[in-house]
Amino acid sequence: MSSSTLTRPVAAALDVAPEDYRRRAGLDVAARPGRFRLAVGRLARGSVAVVAFAALWEVAPRLGLVDRVFLPPLSVALGALADLVANGQLAVHLQASLTRALIGLSIAISAAIPLGAAIGRSPAVARLLNPVLELFRNTAALALLPVFVLVLGIGETSKIALVVYACFFPVLLSTITGVRTVDPLLLKSARSLGLHPLQLFTKVTLPAAVPTIFTGVRMAGAASILVLVAAEMVGARAGLGYLVTAAQQNFAIPDMYAGILTIALVGLAINAVLLLAERRLSRWRPSA
Amino acid sequence: MTAALHVAGVRKDFVVRNQGASARFTAVQDLDLVVPDGQFLTVVGPSGCGKSTLLDLVAGLTAPTAGRILLHGAPVTGPATDRAVVFQQYALLPWRTARKNVELGLESIGVPRRQRARLADEHLHLVGLTGFEDRYPHELSGGMKQRVAIARALAVDPRVLLMDEPFAALDAQTRESLQEELLRIWRATGKTVVFITHGIDEAVYLGQRVAVMTPRPGRISDVIDIDLDPVPGQDVRSDPAFGRLRHRVWSALQHPAPDREVAHV
Repeated sequence: MSSSTLTRPVAAALDVAPEDYRRRAGLDVAARPGRFRLAVGRLARGSVAVVAFAALWEVAPRLGLVDRVFLPPLSVALGALADLVANGQLAVHLQASLTRALIGLSIAISAAIPLGAAIGRSPAVARLLNPVLELFRNTAALALLPVFVLVLGIGETSKIALVVYACFFPVLLSTITGVRTVDPLLLKSARSLGLHPLQLFTKVTLPAAVPTIFTGVRMAGAASILVLVAAEMVGARAGLGYLVTAAQQNFAIPDMYAGILTIALVGLAINAVLLLAERRLSRWRPSA
Repeated sequence: MTAALHVAGVRKDFVVRNQGASARFTAVQDLDLVVPDGQFLTVVGPSGCGKSTLLDLVAGLTAPTAGRILLHGAPVTGPATDRAVVFQQYALLPWRTARKNVELGLESIGVPRRQRARLADEHLHLVGLTGFEDRYPHELSGGMKQRVAIARALAVDPRVLLMDEPFAALDAQTRESLQEELLRIWRATGKTVVFITHGIDEAVYLGQRVAVMTPRPGRISDVIDIDLDPVPGQDVRSDPAFGRLRHRVWSALQHPAPDREVAHV
């Protein structure tokens, strides 16, 4: 060690050793100091804005800053939500919406991944399909709602079809990108080990594309709830979108806010589940 | 006698497209090479001389435009596990642990799961990575990654091990220790090794013979026997004989032998 490093003043705060130093020192790379405390701290900081928003919602109507008929205090909306949970109505609507969203999302994913893989692997297929895909992708899904209703009727089919449509393109495009950007060296080395084309696809191309595909799946998850709620507002006998519009039309304003809160929570929950699945599938990535 | 590897009059042309016009580019031409069974051959040459093309051809990743490549007397028709390649950039699958990476080649030839894991652990032991079986590539240093890649190549029990500048990306110390490891593994397994490098020292240190390649078009201009008798624990590189051989290879790279016959062994 040179003398200049020895005479240097000790820094007030030492830097945390980079990962490979800790690895070479034989430390568990995954272990981070005070993980639990960090998590609690993060949660506290993250909820400041939410608590402030809730407080504003509670206080503003009570102080008469807004008309409490149109915007009842948060506690009233939560009371209505509790009632809807207790009398089983919320379960009915929630189940109707989640069923549609999940069926639609599943169909979209299972159709878009194989097609995206085919397009990503074959430039000829890509050239053939690209123009029409661009056209569809840029057509707002909700603009097609009347078409779906005309062709498929007012029932479940048209709503699920709309969800499929909205979820399909994010997954398709991310699959194409994921399959196209696989490191050619990985394919070359796997080929040199005697893997045949199907094995190359299932053992190299697809796993390599998973993180990219998942970005599209999460976008699709958000899109599914968005278009579904809109479709349910237009024509349905059950579902969270129906709950919100029906409550508004019956002037059950607290119920309406209860419905809106539920939709927000469902969106958060779907994203959380997909994030969890993504983490599980990409555990190999360096502290992603 | 059947050589482990026999490259006979091989040429490889590539099509180069440039603004609509396509031209032919000859990467290697009149390539002749015979590697006896169990020999450690190094191929040295400047970058762009067609070393990697030669390796891809032997691996079966590309087909020659002309000429023949025979492996133990049988023509090479494509990639197969009788040859295995170690690449400079490791080429490990980042989502697989060390053990699962070593298993990749075994999966292609249908080895049952339990036997795969056993073979993988054995070969990781061979390269000195016992205890690291469940690490992901990002948790390993460059040298360790290359050890995994070597284990993966050896696990399919190839007759010929092909190595494409495998230590070029490593720091000097790691490179030296891996060179020694590789010689130990070679002695232990008795594999035929074709090792490509642009380092003269590395070529002389590792090879029983050094094939010198010269560019435009790539061909083997000279083959030099290395008759060093390294004593374990001794610094072979400081031996005057090492210096003389090093100089012979260096000269061969500077002034390619005009007589093509030299290349035949």
